[in-house]
Amino acid sequence: MSSLAQKKGFGAVIWDYLTTVDHKKIAILYLISGGFFFLVGGLEAMMIRIQLMKAGNDFLSAGLYNEIITMHGTTMIFLAAMPLLLAFMNAVMPLQIGARDVAFPFLNSLGFWLFFFGGIFLNLSWFMGGAPDAGWTNYASLALASEGHGIDFYSLGLTISGFGTLIAGINFLVTIINMRAPGMTYMRMPLFTWTTFVASALILLAFPPLTIGLFFMVFDRLFGANFFVVEMGGNTIIWEHLFWIFGHPEVYILVLPAFGIFSEIFAIFSRKRLFGYTALVFATILIGFYGFMVWAHHMFTVGLGPTANAVFALATMIIAVPTGIKIFSWLLTIWGGSISFTVPMVYAVAFIPSFVAGGVTGVMQAMAPLDYQLHDSYFIVAHFHYVIVGGVVLAILAGTHLYWPKMFGTMLSEKLGMITFWFFFIGFHLTFFIQHFLGLLGMPRRVYTFGADQGWDLFNMISSVGALFMAIGVLVMLVNVVLTTVKNVRVGNDPWGDGRTLEWAIPSPPPFYNFAQTPLVRGLDTYWIEKMEGNKEGMVYAEPLGDVHMPNGSIIPLIMSFGMFVAAFGALYFLDDSKPWALAVLIIGLGITFGSMLVRSLKDDLGFHITKEELIEDAKRGGNTDGLK
Amino acid sequence: MAHDTTEKIRSHAEHEFLKKKRSAEMRHQLTSFAIMIFLTLIAFTMVAAGFSTYLIVPIILLLAAVQVVLQLYHFMHLSNKGHGTVAFFMFSGMFVAFITILALVTIVWW
Repeated sequence: MSSLAQKKGFGAVIWDYLTTVDHKKIAILYLISGGFFFLVGGLEAMMIRIQLMKAGNDFLSAGLYNEIITMHGTTMIFLAAMPLLLAFMNAVMPLQIGARDVAFPFLNSLGFWLFFFGGIFLNLSWFMGGAPDAGWTNYASLALASEGHGIDFYSLGLTISGFGTLIAGINFLVTIINMRAPGMTYMRMPLFTWTTFVASALILLAFPPLTIGLFFMVFDRLFGANFFVVEMGGNTIIWEHLFWIFGHPEVYILVLPAFGIFSEIFAIFSRKRLFGYTALVFATILIGFYGFMVWAHHMFTVGLGPTANAVFALATMIIAVPTGIKIFSWLLTIWGGSISFTVPMVYAVAFIPSFVAGGVTGVMQAMAPLDYQLHDSYFIVAHFHYVIVGGVVLAILAGTHLYWPKMFGTMLSEKLGMITFWFFFIGFHLTFFIQHFLGLLGMPRRVYTFGADQGWDLFNMISSVGALFMAIGVLVMLVNVVLTTVKNVRVGNDPWGDGRTLEWAIPSPPPFYNFAQTPLVRGLDTYWIEKMEGNKEGMVYAEPLGDVHMPNGSIIPLIMSFGMFVAAFGALYFLDDSKPWALAVLIIGLGITFGSMLVRSLKDDLGFHITKEELIEDAKRGGNTDGLK
Repeated sequence: MAHDTTEKIRSHAEHEFLKKKRSAEMRHQLTSFAIMIFLTLIAFTMVAAGFSTYLIVPIILLLAAVQVVLQLYHFMHLSNKGHGTVAFFMFSGMFVAFITILALVTIVWW
């Protein structure tokens, strides 16, 4: 039996990706679908900016505008930023800890397909009677009054993709706790692995409140419950609490992996050990804890009373301390380093002032009395875009350049990368910096148009031009990806030349079993230590060469997720009198899901072994087979 | 047979050590069992003595917390080696849940 590479047709490649349980291929699936949703969300953003380009514009109607802002926020957070970060976590984290795969490869695949079908379901709302229109926060009083099925697409779609994210988080936690290579103690883990760990713990603790909130929402809207209906004794504020108990940690779920990517970049391209590694780890954990104690700062104007507002204001300001520790550690990592300004490094350097600006406006809003002035104005819009774009999106773009060779074996063009960077960076500041002042001038967020006599024309025009710059940047990036793939110039293990962690010690892309022999970790920055000691192989081994046990691929995760997708349509039309088939669809969908779970439970799948001889033969051919059978 | 192959012959010193360890563990369990009964007695006595509810409720909740910790460590072997991560996650989760419930109870329905 040969499990090693052979040239295969297009159909076989597609089938391989549909059934794969390999973390590296799942990473590529996350990257492609996250990238797709990023483009969709970007398109929505462009439409928003076109509509707001001049006073009294009628490019979009008011209702459509509401749908577009809702879908822009929801898509960017749940379907673009998180999956793109999950792509890097999947691609890199197991390699960094010296593991052959994640702890539960099957669940990894299931997590992806649930996210994918949830995202597709949510976006199908555009073609099936209107998208959700109550904002990405979906506040209950507004959402319950919304007509049509938009909100139901939102709550059911996010429930499904939320399952996927939760599964991914648990999987990463178990992987990091149990599957570190010998010698990889917690305090030797690369910082990207650490941030993945803490972000996964946040996913584990933060997603259940969202699931509960969405569940209440589904029952209120589709099955006649009254959790949020005030006239029936419900409490509409509870949605806000549940949403933000999830929503604030969600911000850290996004930004911590971004911090991790930048930590790797600073160390690699300054050719220095991270300054204050221990402090960075400690700060990461601390931010994780604080993330759960501050959610009510999104609700200062709800009327929680001065005591609650004061407590949450103070807790919020404290977060600036660990974040500050991180900023200074990065600055001191660069300080005195032998710096090379590659594309990832340029993104990382640009990230620091951009993110600090977002952090400073965050502390301004943490002051409850000032927040009464800023709440629901464009100042807020400017703030969170500085945090999310200036932190997370810059990290995703930087990470794409940094890890592209490890994921695909080719280098993205540095020249086009620089063009992307300048367009995107200038466009980003042009778009959002001026929005602070729009907010201070009194422009409320979520309005679909404004009057010519309000003095907001020029600033909105500038903001729209900035958005165009960002769009050009992203398009250049797409060209870059296509050109790089067509040229197909293969690179070696350590294409940046200064890799420090284990993923750079193995071929790009790595063979499907990652490590023929489990490495032995002798300290922080494992690969760097071996390089400095003149070890040509890049690692020392913890075990002799032997047979490697691998999991079989499976189509079941896709079918299981598809069942949920079908069931969601049943739930969606449950209350519609004109659609009596809804209940049947619900039952069939759940039947598919539970049936495939049953098959999975009853059928023993013991995986297969790669023999020692196959490993030796593979190593001779360069050792980067992708396991296509 | 399978269970024969796993049997190991212990040296005298090992045997003595294990015996000592087990009796220590037993002692711990009995002690915490006694403490728990004592805690329960306090709780019942307080109610029976008719103290104010504002005193009884927080004290009973405190006693319950102490009892949970004792159970986890002495009966459910959380003190054993290699349970650090488990303990960390359990207490993190409890902490987050506690903060959330406390805040919701005090600011939503106050």
